[in-house]
Amino acid sequence: MTTAVETVRDEPLTIGGRTFPSRLMVGTGKYPDMDTMVRAIEASGAEVVTVAVRRVNLDRSKESSVLHFLDPKKIFLLANTAGCYTAADAIRYARLAREAGFNDFVKLEVIGDEETLLPDVAGLLEATKVLVQEGFKVLAYTNEDLVTALRLEDAGCAAVMPLASPIGSGLGLLNPFSVRTIKRRLHVPVIVDAGVGTASDACVTMEQGVDGILMNTAIAAAQDPVAMAQAMRLATIAGRAAFLAGRMPRREVAMPSSPTRGMLD
Amino acid sequence: MDVVINGEHKRVTPGASLLDVLSQLQLDPRAVVVEHNRRIVRRPALGDVKVSEGDAIELVHFVGGG
Repeated sequence: MTTAVETVRDEPLTIGGRTFPSRLMVGTGKYPDMDTMVRAIEASGAEVVTVAVRRVNLDRSKESSVLHFLDPKKIFLLANTAGCYTAADAIRYARLAREAGFNDFVKLEVIGDEETLLPDVAGLLEATKVLVQEGFKVLAYTNEDLVTALRLEDAGCAAVMPLASPIGSGLGLLNPFSVRTIKRRLHVPVIVDAGVGTASDACVTMEQGVDGILMNTAIAAAQDPVAMAQAMRLATIAGRAAFLAGRMPRREVAMPSSPTRGMLD
Repeated sequence: MDVVINGEHKRVTPGASLLDVLSQLQLDPRAVVVEHNRRIVRRPALGDVKVSEGDAIELVHFVGGG
């Protein structure tokens, strides 16, 4: 596969035996309106699109499902377990999501703290083991802790999703070293999920060598979500290309780019 | 008789199936997933499962999320 930067050869992203054309995945929450969401997803070039499982509003059932606006033939629906604070709840939501009949992938979230929305890694591991046993392809939203990431891989996750920074914070990649270490040590794909704020964050994240990136608020809450979606698409491609190109070594002192010889007296 | 649907008390016809309940609420069975007393009921079985007084029914679908 060739990225938009034509000289860079790359392998496609494969998760749980399925290949995806884009390394950027996007959410569907918090958009000002559905038309903007549809156009932003299109501009992002993402195939994987996340959705949440919630009660049908019994009074206004006609308008509410996000599937009225998305074509499941063109996108890959990745259901999440957002809002779940226990393994049992996350398992329940994942089973309901699978019953909708699209695929057996789940973006597993078990949240441990309301203020930071940081994951409960014990609950996450517990839910992962059950869901893997039931045949789910689990993409686990976790923190940037290597040992947790290793345990999640051992438990059978199809992908591990360390955060860049807390969900919806837009603080960017706070711990590139830890994310790089996780990528170096794991065999399953590493997708950074949450915390990206703008295009440079996406680019820096992809430069760490991770396999992909998932974002929602950075696009949905931008002043112009469609334009930001396009910026994110380009930044993801640029960051990946830069990683594959291999950056120059960092130096603490300057080195001239122009010849030092041949100067006039 | 009274059942609890998505946390709300609702009256349904005695002897109604889950499919009847969806019909009463004007919901397309292809657009929702049904949980009946904590057990998921697959679409083909919705017409076979009868609802009893006090049952807890959850009707869910996909909404925007990250």
